[in-house]
Amino acid sequence: MNLSSALSLALPEVILAISALILVVWGAFQGRSNPIFSGAAVVVLLAAAAVAAMGPHGVAFNGAYVADGVAAFAKVAIYIASALAIPLGDKWLGARGDAKFEFPVLIVLTALGMGVMASAGDLISLYVGVELHSLALYVLAAFRRDDAKGSEAGLKYFVLGALSSGLLLYGASLIYGFAGSTKFTDIAAVVSNGAETGVLFGLVFLICGLAFKVSAAPFHMWTPDVYEGAPTPVVGFFAAAPKLAAMVLLARVLQEAFGGAEAQWRQILVIVALLSIFVGAFAGLAQKNLKRLWAYSSIANIGYAVLGLAAGGEAGMQSMLMFLILYMVDVTGFFACLSALNRGGKPMETIEDMAGLVKERPGLALAITAFSLSALGLPPLSGFWAKFYVFKAAIGTGDVVMQTAAVLGLVGSVVAAFYYLRLIKTMWFDGSVGATDKPEPGARLIAFAMALFAFPVVLIALAWIDPIAKTAAAAFGG
Amino acid sequence: MTGILSLTTFAPLIGVAAILALRHFGKPGEKTDTAAKWVALATTLATFALSLIVTLRFDASNPGFQFVEDFAWFAGLHYRMGVDGISVLFVLLTAFLLPICIVASWKSVEKRVIEYLIAFLVLETLVIGVFCALDLILFYLFFEGGLVPMFLIIGIWGGKRRIYAAYKFFLYTLLGSVLMLAAILAMIGIAGTSSIPELMTYQFAPWLQTWLWLAFFASFAVKMPMWPVHTWLPDAHVEAPTAGSVILAGILLKMGGYGFMRFSLPMFPNASELFTPLVFAMSAIAVVYTSLIAFRQTDIKKLIAYSSVAHMGFVTMGIFSGNAQGEQGALYQMISHGVISGALFLCVGVVYDRMHTREIAFYGGLTQRMPIYAAIFLLFTMGNVGLPGTSGFVGEILTMTGVYQASTWTAIVAATGVIFSAVYALTLYRRVMFGEITNPELKTITDVDWREIVIFVPLIISTLVLGVYPALIFNVTDTSVNALVSAYRAAIGG
Repeated sequence: MNLSSALSLALPEVILAISALILVVWGAFQGRSNPIFSGAAVVVLLAAAAVAAMGPHGVAFNGAYVADGVAAFAKVAIYIASALAIPLGDKWLGARGDAKFEFPVLIVLTALGMGVMASAGDLISLYVGVELHSLALYVLAAFRRDDAKGSEAGLKYFVLGALSSGLLLYGASLIYGFAGSTKFTDIAAVVSNGAETGVLFGLVFLICGLAFKVSAAPFHMWTPDVYEGAPTPVVGFFAAAPKLAAMVLLARVLQEAFGGAEAQWRQILVIVALLSIFVGAFAGLAQKNLKRLWAYSSIANIGYAVLGLAAGGEAGMQSMLMFLILYMVDVTGFFACLSALNRGGKPMETIEDMAGLVKERPGLALAITAFSLSALGLPPLSGFWAKFYVFKAAIGTGDVVMQTAAVLGLVGSVVAAFYYLRLIKTMWFDGSVGATDKPEPGARLIAFAMALFAFPVVLIALAWIDPIAKTAAAAFGG
Repeated sequence: MTGILSLTTFAPLIGVAAILALRHFGKPGEKTDTAAKWVALATTLATFALSLIVTLRFDASNPGFQFVEDFAWFAGLHYRMGVDGISVLFVLLTAFLLPICIVASWKSVEKRVIEYLIAFLVLETLVIGVFCALDLILFYLFFEGGLVPMFLIIGIWGGKRRIYAAYKFFLYTLLGSVLMLAAILAMIGIAGTSSIPELMTYQFAPWLQTWLWLAFFASFAVKMPMWPVHTWLPDAHVEAPTAGSVILAGILLKMGGYGFMRFSLPMFPNASELFTPLVFAMSAIAVVYTSLIAFRQTDIKKLIAYSSVAHMGFVTMGIFSGNAQGEQGALYQMISHGVISGALFLCVGVVYDRMHTREIAFYGGLTQRMPIYAAIFLLFTMGNVGLPGTSGFVGEILTMTGVYQASTWTAIVAATGVIFSAVYALTLYRRVMFGEITNPELKTITDVDWREIVIFVPLIISTLVLGVYPALIFNVTDTSVNALVSAYRAAIGG
């Protein structure tokens, strides 16, 4: 394959890489952020999403880069979520005197890293993608450098993130050592002849490293602290797009490289999934800060996505994709609500702050209610459909372990129901604690759009998304 | 006539839209609230009219589903609606009770009236949807969706311990339902369809039926509620506003019984047969135990709530008796209990609105100040006891006949429950109504006004008419129930 056709497969990432460089130079000369600059970054991301959706499928760069249905599906969602993060973050940071031109550039760079992750077909591109997106995220977490909690969040994230990258690299080197190649297809050939302990050992480290990136238990410890300290719109971004990218990457490693060792990795994933679901459910019960609460909620939710992946096969892959994009709607919407809400110039971040919100801001209160119920998995909201796919896949495997795990997962969702209900109770049943500031219109608009998607648009949209995800999943792996 | 079921189901949402528009364009205040009440009343009456059309157009000689609508959705799911002789009357019952609820809350609800009305209308849509849905997932959507409005109704407009009660209601029911969801997904995976009519003829392997039956049982037993998972009900009832209690007792509890008849018996006949002794035992305990507990209550509403659990015990017994009398009796009992228990809660609401307490000891001698009220209360108390001539009698006697054939001992134990119910109901009546007025606060209590009479008249008429002419209901249910019973008998080889 010649260079030009290889580049045309990777066109979305090429667009992002070049644009990021141009934006940096442009920003450096301009010296500050303005709406045109941010607007350009948004346009670039949306263009990349469009190209990813329509682009050709194939394998480029000697197997290091894969453009297929799953990658396209994930990228469209990732780039759109990134595009939404720019206006949200700009406004939020601007209101606190921290608007800088680096913010949109970092988001574009993160998106680039995530795009590479979604398309990685080789341990090298895997690592490049993971590091590119992680480094940009570390900076984003600590974007308010004068804020003590923000700096703490960034530092914690960086130190622990570096550790996980180490694990990842160690695993990758073991696999390379035993398999003799970094390409997923070559590894698959080795694994299909009966996986050696060394390769599996490497796989375990790889799974650990990626589990850290998606904040699945027992590698979730950083999540609540980072979510609490990072700027609110950045958290909304954190909790959505990078998880999808890392999960797609994990799926690719497991199904394309280690498809022959499904029995081995399934047990790891089931344990990780159940641990995440229960840690997220029980630890969330004690939280008072909403960002920490949603950190635990995201841990629990990633558990469901992992469960879907563990189910394996076309149904499992489809369930994971559907779960994550439907979950993205919830978190993006919820953190947009949180970004929009202030009282006396201070962000409203604890559950008590939300008391009686329904009297002050009925629209936003209703939106938060919808997102909470959706994250709880209550029909007919989008979160229910997310869980519907996962449990359908898990139960459909016919495997007793998977079926038991599915039932336990459902029970875990009842435990988690309590903290979502407490939030709803505080907003609806308790007395108001004072008027809120006028909500930021952009954030409010995004929140309402997401809420409308969560219900009722989802009931129609699914008829359109479902077959796309199904086709993508069917063409995946093997 | 296709489309009429969807229209009936979603008609309340049109009212919701109208109320939202009122709220948006009108000034907040009493005027808008009153307008919203009229809109809600008109909507519920229109829905009732639609459900009447459905019932009148219903062809009782056809055992299958009628007015069927079917649209492909996604992932193999369908939007599929339809009613048969078992479900059509529940649609009617729901639509019948809702206008009464709205009128009953006309004055007693003062805060956040608009949200209150919206919650009720949304609830109506969801409940009617439950009875019309012919697709497992669609059924689950409606079934589970109803939790939210009810959670808000109990939590916002309830009494002192409303928050505890709201949590308890939600979490209990949710736990039951998620297990059912697991079973639903397993059924879809194995049978390859989510269509309820198709699944009713699908034969699951007996060992699988056992698990599926248990999962559905977890959900419906909580919803019914059956002993020992009934404890959420008294709490929820006591804390809910009057109209909330009416909906809860009158309709929401019936979803459990409906579920048993729609899913457990036809889809898992072997498991149903296997677990019949368990259900009989639990029902018999429920009847005796909750009747005794009801006797000891000091709160009128709690007493009626426990009596509901006892009556639901008869229903579950009847359903699992597996013969036509039992099923018919159970169905009849559900409809009749919907009317009578709803009316009893409204009766409590009448005195609660005046005195703001439900303590039995607070009252006494009400016959002297409130003769009309006393007469109404007496009628419904008798209906609750199952006096011949009221609708309560028909359901009870049929259920007992059915159960007697299936298990004599269960019928004998349950029969004692009838006596107990007379004991607690009449004691309640004596303590509240008879004697001298000793409490000075009661000296000025006024009798029911025209609005309250308007509420009670349709309930009185239905209780009496159904008591003396039960064919009204049996004509509709006969064919479907017979089809259900013969399919069940054939499946278990009896």
